[in-house]
Amino acid sequence: MEAGEGVSGTTPTEEMNGAGNLMDFLDEPFPDVGTYEDFHTIDWLREKSRDTDRHRKITSKSKESFWELIKSLLDAWSGWVVMLLIGLLSGTLAGVIDLAVDWMTDLKEGVCLTAFYYSHEQCCWTSNETTFEDRDKCPQWQKWAELMTGHSEGGGAYLLNYFLYVLWALLFSFLAVSLVRVFAPYACGSGIPEIKTILSGFIIRGYLGKWTLLIKTVTLVLAVSSGLSLGKEGPLVHVACCCGNLFCSLFSKYSKNEGKRREVLSAAAAAGVSVAFGAPIGGVLFSLEEVSYYFPLKTLWRSFFAALVAAFTLRAINPFGNSRLVLFYVEYHTPWYMAELVPFILLGVFGGLWGTLFIRANIAWCRRRKTTQLGKYPVLEVIAVTGITALLAFPNPYTRRSTSELISELFNDCGALESSQLCDYINNPNMSRPVDDIPDRPAGPGVYTALWQLALALVFKIVITIFTFGMKIPSGLFIPSMAVGAIAGRIVGIAVEQMAYHHHDWIIFKNWCRPGADCVTPGLYAMVGAAACLGGVTRMTVSLVVIMFELTGGLEYIVPLMAAAVTSKWVADAFGKEGIYESHIQLNGYPYLDVRDEFTHRTLATDVMRPRRNDPPLAVLTQDSTTVEDVETLIKDTDYNGFPVVVSRESERLIGFVQRRDLTLAIKNARQKQDGVVSSSVVYFTEDGPQTPLSNPQPLKLRRVLNLSPFTVTDHTPMETVVDIFRKLGLRQCLVTRSGRLLGIITKKDVLRHMAQMMNQDPESIMFN
Amino acid sequence: MKSVFLIEAFTVACFVLLSQVTAKNSEDIRCKCICPPYREVKGQIYKQNVSLKDCNCLHVVEPMPVDGKDVEAYCLRCECKYEERSSGTIKVTIIMYLSILGLLLLYMVYLTLLEPILKRRLFGHSQLIQSDDDVGDQQPFANAHNVLSHSHSRPNMLNKVEHAQQRWRRQVQEQRKSVFDRHVVLS
Repeated sequence: MEAGEGVSGTTPTEEMNGAGNLMDFLDEPFPDVGTYEDFHTIDWLREKSRDTDRHRKITSKSKESFWELIKSLLDAWSGWVVMLLIGLLSGTLAGVIDLAVDWMTDLKEGVCLTAFYYSHEQCCWTSNETTFEDRDKCPQWQKWAELMTGHSEGGGAYLLNYFLYVLWALLFSFLAVSLVRVFAPYACGSGIPEIKTILSGFIIRGYLGKWTLLIKTVTLVLAVSSGLSLGKEGPLVHVACCCGNLFCSLFSKYSKNEGKRREVLSAAAAAGVSVAFGAPIGGVLFSLEEVSYYFPLKTLWRSFFAALVAAFTLRAINPFGNSRLVLFYVEYHTPWYMAELVPFILLGVFGGLWGTLFIRANIAWCRRRKTTQLGKYPVLEVIAVTGITALLAFPNPYTRRSTSELISELFNDCGALESSQLCDYINNPNMSRPVDDIPDRPAGPGVYTALWQLALALVFKIVITIFTFGMKIPSGLFIPSMAVGAIAGRIVGIAVEQMAYHHHDWIIFKNWCRPGADCVTPGLYAMVGAAACLGGVTRMTVSLVVIMFELTGGLEYIVPLMAAAVTSKWVADAFGKEGIYESHIQLNGYPYLDVRDEFTHRTLATDVMRPRRNDPPLAVLTQDSTTVEDVETLIKDTDYNGFPVVVSRESERLIGFVQRRDLTLAIKNARQKQDGVVSSSVVYFTEDGPQTPLSNPQPLKLRRVLNLSPFTVTDHTPMETVVDIFRKLGLRQCLVTRSGRLLGIITKKDVLRHMAQMMNQDPESIMFN
Repeated sequence: MKSVFLIEAFTVACFVLLSQVTAKNSEDIRCKCICPPYREVKGQIYKQNVSLKDCNCLHVVEPMPVDGKDVEAYCLRCECKYEERSSGTIKVTIIMYLSILGLLLLYMVYLTLLEPILKRRLFGHSQLIQSDDDVGDQQPFANAHNVLSHSHSRPNMLNKVEHAQQRWRRQVQEQRKSVFDRHVVLS
């Protein structure tokens, strides 16, 4: 969102100002009118009417000549072209990130001798030396200790590997945090709270810029491969939105209209989730349910298209080598039974509790970081957390590998050919069944070892994720949340399975689980647990379930996933209404008017409007008696973002509303270019100039920056209605009148502060306009 | 603006082309069969470079470890999977990523370490302080405009680039202040 790219093409003429036109437009264009300042809220209504005007102009012009017709067609298509470009770029970037993360994660442990750019799996891809027992070992891939000392076993080698693992992790995270610090500070964090706020109409200049895009992509790889407990999903949404913003600047339709730009960004968010999870439909629903504010059907279709293109591009790159979009694809289709709903719901409860714990603890920690000395050492903090993570993660095989690999293993069912420790069941020697349908078996020693290792991993993940999310590096929390849920789910799953195996005669297992039948799939429990935990943290429901079944390909498991998602939402909502993103929005005090909040207090507009009872009167302009100097003094002395224009100070009848920024620019422009405009010139907002003697300096007409249809309510309008109007129309401010006389003004900030006050929160926490 | 778009388009085009060209490298397809232990035969993994339709135990497992009559029973337990990858894409991606990372690191080192030293040597101390003051300006917009209008008056290409860079650095500094120092956003 760059300012001052130079405006061209917006030359609305007088005949445009016909019926139904909300704005009186510029006679001649000059740069930046109608743009907004940094950290300010846009006026959706104004943006919409500007777009309508532009559109009407193009339609009327298109009848004039063939060339104009083609231009109008191109304009109509530009939305789809932008979507195509966004899909292509975000899909490519996601592929690059996936491949690079894969390689760099393995770089912590060793290197491929034949080709350094191969990850462990790719290195042994064609090797014929892999054995059945040691499936991922091959001579081409060497661990660091083996490469340096020649020994692959023993305490020395272990320690050397340990040391190098920690060292690499520290190096990666240090690079990530310094790149973020030097080149693009806005690239840190998950980005979803800010995207949400931006989509609701806030302006953070540079947040979706090119440098942010580049640095976020590069550092995301470093952050994920450093082994920190974070994921790439949230940042990928941010990356996709940066792509969206980048391509917006190619078309004036989008670059000059903040409202239209947000439609593109909503669709870009969908493309981001589409490639992050490999879930195109889930991405569209995520954009609709979680991040978007204004989501008309047209945007839905465009998101659909963008998500499709992005997924297709990612698939063409095939980063996981399994010809699928995702790493977590499961291949089992075993049925589930009604009785299993009980553990699923219990997992839902766990997810809700985890969500509450995580949100509370993380927000408390982030508040600490924001307000105390801790925030002064962002680089040191990242280094310290990485060091602790790496030191604790290495000894446990389940935390040493990347989190997505862990989740993928937890989701998997134990076939007869699985070699992992989790699948160390005692096999019946004369069993010869097809791979898909293996009866329940007693757990072997490996499973019990795995269980306590998983339990340790669970505690570790829960604690470390709280401290990791919100550090000054790109960090998402989908993957860690899912990992927590998947670990818990797998533990519960194995417990239920063993219970069913050892107690066939219990009343609950009697008609469900006969001996020799395959009745419990621990992988399914892991899936349900992951959904529940993710739901508890983000409070998604529909999009969560869709993402989960697209992610795993388990269409049969929609009902368990739904049950877990709903339970976790209920449990988490019982402790606090806000999800993690809303909590972070609140922590930062962004002006975000949540559509989901209800406002039920019986206050009136007059209680909220400014000026309050003892305040000085409202700063207003009169339609034809203020001088340029007066206006300039008013602008200098106050910091209001707009001024109502009235007929005269006596009658105070409302004419319109003028934005501070437009006023400043217009006067500056007039002083530079228009002859005869001096400090004592009269400023007038009417159609015809005021009657002045000839000796007076030339008056200045500013009707073109005046909004003639500001939104007004009467002073007795209940706040419930006012809040609704602000939410649904996306207003920036609203004027309060009584019998035609201007009384005061309510801004979005006033509404937010009032809502915070009514909910017993600190109203001063809302900082931006 | 256009140049950025061109670069992006070029990258994407490169990728699509590469993945097309390199997809059918002979090393890039495999059929992997995992066969569990069967009687006296140990469990084993077989990998062969065969097409999708030949990806089954009979074609891939060579030499067959069991006699003719047991082949069927042995093969029933094996699990064969056809997989494809694109080694060219992997190679290009990793090398491209590393070079971008390397360039960024070099630029970072230049900006943080070398430039202050060079500046101090060239201009002395006063210049540095002045440029720091500039950054503290409370009106980022006025700044941007001034810089823009100044740059219009000077046709020199080098100056333009320098101004753009200055503007960018000022923006980053502003961002750094609000994120790292004042903790206004993104905390």
